[in-house]
Order: sequence, then structure tokens, then C-alpha cells
Amino acid sequence: MELKEKLLSSFLAFENQVDVDSYVHEIRSEAIKKFETKGFPNKKDEAWKYTSLNKILKEDYSVFSKEENALEYSDVKKYFIHDIDSYKIIFIDGKYSSHLSETTHDGMDVCLMSAALTKPKYRLVIENYFNKIAKDDSLASLNTAFSREGAFINIPKGKLAEKPIQVIHFSTGNEAALMLQPRNLIVVGENSHVQIIERHQSLTSNPILTNSVTEVFANKRAIVDYYKVQNDEKNASLIDNTFINQKQQSHVSVHTFSFGGKLTRNNLNFFQNGEHIDSTLKGVTIIGDKQHVDHNTLVHHIEPNCESHQDYKGIFGDSAIGVFNGKVVVEKEAQKTNAFQANNNILISDKASINTKPQLEIFADDVKCSHGCTIGQLDESALFYLRSRGIPEKEAKALLMYAFANNVLESVKIPELKKRINKLIANKLAVNIGFDL
Amino acid sequence: MLKIKDLHASVEDKTILKGINLEVKAGEVHAIMGPNGSGKSTLASVIAGKEEYEVDKGEIILEGQDIDELSAEERAHKGVFLSFQYPVEIPGVTVTNFMKTAINETRKARGLADMPANEMLKLIREKSELLEIDRKFLSRSLNEGFSGGEKKRNEIFQMAMLEPKLAILDETDSGLDIDALRIVANGVNKLKSKDNATIVITHYQRLLDYIIPDYVHVIYNGKIVKSGGKELAHELEEKGYDWIKEEVNA
Repeated sequence: MELKEKLLSSFLAFENQVDVDSYVHEIRSEAIKKFETKGFPNKKDEAWKYTSLNKILKEDYSVFSKEENALEYSDVKKYFIHDIDSYKIIFIDGKYSSHLSETTHDGMDVCLMSAALTKPKYRLVIENYFNKIAKDDSLASLNTAFSREGAFINIPKGKLAEKPIQVIHFSTGNEAALMLQPRNLIVVGENSHVQIIERHQSLTSNPILTNSVTEVFANKRAIVDYYKVQNDEKNASLIDNTFINQKQQSHVSVHTFSFGGKLTRNNLNFFQNGEHIDSTLKGVTIIGDKQHVDHNTLVHHIEPNCESHQDYKGIFGDSAIGVFNGKVVVEKEAQKTNAFQANNNILISDKASINTKPQLEIFADDVKCSHGCTIGQLDESALFYLRSRGIPEKEAKALLMYAFANNVLESVKIPELKKRINKLIANKLAVNIGFDL
Repeated sequence: MLKIKDLHASVEDKTILKGINLEVKAGEVHAIMGPNGSGKSTLASVIAGKEEYEVDKGEIILEGQDIDELSAEERAHKGVFLSFQYPVEIPGVTVTNFMKTAINETRKARGLADMPANEMLKLIREKSELLEIDRKFLSRSLNEGFSGGEKKRNEIFQMAMLEPKLAILDETDSGLDIDALRIVANGVNKLKSKDNATIVITHYQRLLDYIIPDYVHVIYNGKIVKSGGKELAHELEEKGYDWIKEEVNA
């Protein structure tokens, strides 16, 4: 059975398992209809011109995990940033693992979407925020239809979440192939501050397809730092749909580190609903083999006096394919907008490729918008300089590649995470040198 | 230490070195002078192992071993050091991290363990003082935004850290004011010993007032056309290079 048919026919069974009277039933029913009409995106869609889902959709995915699976912390510790104190919301094959998690309701909610969607005390938050900014495109609709579990983070106003929150989705490979659809909702109150680290990690080479939707609401003067660590197994694919709504004077940054997985598509959308907003989108992509990473960003400047900064670096080896599609829309009212976008790439193999496409739609006349994309090779004279000091070719290349990506890492505010990313980069480049700069 | 025999080298099919013969013994300082475009920097790059340069004929023998087949890093591990005429800016790599990596990779190649961190710090402190380098400077990105003088001082700092057997200083005096020149020359002189050798490549005699050469060679049109003692440098300073060209062309 085609995956689409399988999903459609599973919907009734899914709804039978969950509370059909709930407020979200209507939303789910609408969403499945939208998915039925639109189907999966294909290359005819402009936004999917360079990324084809055909191959990964051919797998015979289970759309729900049949069993509860357990993992021992010691076996998966390496996927945590374990040298810091943090809240943890952990899922195994789409199901919550209380064993690995550390949630809280003390002054803020760091807990589960399933609780938020069913418990009366969260009703108001759900009515105010759930599915308010997720697009009604086919993949987000599909996720909405099956929305049941994920992270729910609700920080009231004036609260500094003193520990970062780690959200990790493990898949064990107990199913021959598994599709996961986590749904996350993050509401950050006025003047509040939160740091989130998200990771999707398969533990086997069985095919995994994750279609994730995250909605983030940053209220007035809120600060949200979101880090996505994408270093998954070779048959794990991820479609990450993240929607961020910002109110005035809020600062939101999203750093995406893409080093692994089969196919990764990041749909990252920022909506600026207020003045003096700052949005930061940064990414480092280092891939090889036949890996494919696609960054599809949107920054929608709606009101005046706001800024956005996009800086994506990519290093592509072997037959890897990169895509960057960065769209910036500046509405007529959004005067004095300062929008910056850069996408710089290095190709280290003749067979690797990158498709980069900035899209600027500017309707205001008093704005500063810049964009630039480059595709290059490693600088030969720099390479000779390093080698002449005794640094072997492989290490010298790694050092130059690290240096190239470094300014994206500079803005990572959690030192232990930065150290981990440095280590992942060293592993990815197969060198044993410290990048502790 | 170094023996160069009938060296011919070319870049992109253009022959630049046309039969260089040179012998440098341990403890010696050799100056190589010559007009622009005569092949001085090419000689330096060829000895250091820059891949764009093709050795068409001849030999470069370092301590009895022909190094023609060795990569730039292998030559560095054997003790060759080139102070660049134009040091490359590398944003994102700090001077300190660069030096740590270079030293430890060199040690690894020589079968030694990494240098302990405290020893490394001590060495960095000692050598930066020798070159009168501010500590802050060491955490900056390599050569990025450095002035001409800072770049050259940083080159000699690297040389001090790596303690090469054969140091080649390619136009180290260019872009230096008199104070920086003195600091750089002082550094080079302090590093001199009976076991190492220095080749100073320069267009002007100025640097040779501070780093006194044992021998002076003049390169013209890809060949060493004249050799002598330090007084040859003074003669060139006074009379320029035209008389050499005339002698050769006659």
C-alpha cells in the first residue's frame, strides 16, 4: 500500500485511540482532509524542486510503533549533553519515556503534548496556541492530523528557565521501518528565557521517517535559543517543520547542525508580529556519501524596526547534495527592516552539489536587505601555509573547514553543547584534533 | 645540512629556476639577493614543497636525503621552515590553536606524544616574549587583520616555537618599520645555533645589517650568478643590480 493510503486508512484507528471529543478532533479532521487533497509534495512544487521524497516514501513504514520499547540511559548517554544539568523530554519510538526524562511543573510546564492535548487545565493554552501558525501545507497538515505526542513547554511570564531543555526522539529499530510524527508546542511568556536542544536519533540502520512540527511562540521581550542537532543514522530521514511567532522585542535564534541522516529537510519559518524583533537563523551542514540536506527558510517581516540574520555554511563531500532556499518577505509596513542573509558553501568533491537560491520580496522602501551566496573550494595557499608548519593535509583541510564554519558556532551560548558540536565536526571530518579555539 | 644540485623548476610550464647550486652547512647564514622576478621566492617555495612548483631536474638534499618526493608537512617534520613573504590570513583559527596543532602533529610524526598543556603554555609565553608579542594577539585569528609588521613577527614566533633545522626567511623585512625589523632580527639571531642554518631571502641589504650573513648569493634569471661574503651585499646596496645583469648578459 502506498504510504499516503496507509496513513489515510490509519486515521480512523488513530482517532479511536485518542479522545475524539477533544477540541483538537476538529483540527485533526480538517488536517487529514487537507493532506488527502494535497498528498506528499513532489518536484513540481517550486519549494521541492531540488529535494525529492520519492525514495524515502517507498519504504513500508509502520505508522505507529506497536510496542513500548525501553532503553537504558547508559546505552544512549552519548546522545545527551550529559555534562550539564537539564530538563529532558525523551521519546522512544514516538512514545514518552518517563525513565529517561526529567520534566517539571514547578513554576513552568516542561512536559508532554499528550497531557496538554487532553487535560482540562491546558485547554486555554491549546485553544490559544495549538496549530495557530503551522502552515496548512501537506506535511504540516499530515502531522496535525496525527498530533498526539511530543514536547509541551509552557513558560509563564518573567521566568528564566535556569536549565536547558533537551528533547530527544530515539528510534530503536524494533519496527522494520517506522514513521514518526512528533508535535511540539513551546510557549514562552513575556520577559522569559529558555534554551532548547532537539535531537532525533535512530539507533539502528532501519529506515526511519520523521515528520515533525514545532510551534514556538515568543511573547514580548522573550528570549528563545533553539539548537537542532542533526547527526542521525544513514537510513534516518527528517522533515522538520518549525514555525516561530515573535512578539515585540523578542529575540529568537535557531541553530541547525546537520551532519548526518539520509535526507534532512528543514522548513524553518519566522513570523515577526511586533516591533524591534530580532530573529537569528544559523546553520552548519557538513555531509558526505549520498546525504541530502535542504534548508528552506522564511522570515516574514510584518512590522517596522526589526532585524533578521541568516548565516548558513555548508561543506559537501562525496556525492552529497545541499539545498538552501532562503526567503525574506518585507511587508509594506515593515519600514527600517534590517535583513541579512548569507549562504556560503565549500564543495570538496567533484560529485557534490549545492543548489542555493535567495528569494527576497520587499514591499517597503526604507529597508536594508542584503544577501549573498558563495560556492568555493578550500584555499590552496592557506592549505600550503598550514602544511608548511607540519600539519598534515587531512588535518589542515579539517582545520580550514572548521574555521570556515566557526562564526556560526561562536553564537552557541551553551559551552558544553559547543564542545559537543566541535567533537561531532572533528568526527565528521575524521580527524583527531581539538578545535577548542 | 642542505645541498641543492642543478635545480630546475617550473610553474605552469614556465621555467623559473634554471640550474641552482647551493650548499648550506649547519651553523651558517646565507643571504640570497637578487632583482624582482629572478626566482628568489620560487626557490624558497620549492624547498618548502609547494605543490604547484614542478622540479624538472636536479636534487634538493636535506641531511643526506633527497626530499623532492616529500610533502610540505613531511619536510616541516624534518625541520624545514619557511617564513612567508605574504602570510595567509585564516579567520577562525587562533594563533595558539594553530601552534598547538602544528607542534603536536610534528611531534606525532616524530613518534612523540602530545606536548603537555602546561609545557605548551610555558613555551608559548617564552617565545612570545622573545618576539615582544602581546598575549591578546595569540587568541586572535591567524594573521587576520594583522599589520604587516605583526604578520612577520608572528612568522618568526612560529619559527621560534617549531625550532627548525633549516629556516628560510622570504622577504621577512618587507613591510617592517625599523623597530619591528630589530625585534624580528633579534629573534632570528637568538634562535641561531651551530646545529641549524638560515637562508635569508631579501631584495635589500637593510636586514643584513641585523642578521649578518656568512655568504651572500645573487640570483638572476633563475641562476646563482655571483657569490661572496657579506661585503657583496653592501656592494649591491651601493650599485644596484644593473652591473650584475650587465656582467651576466655580457
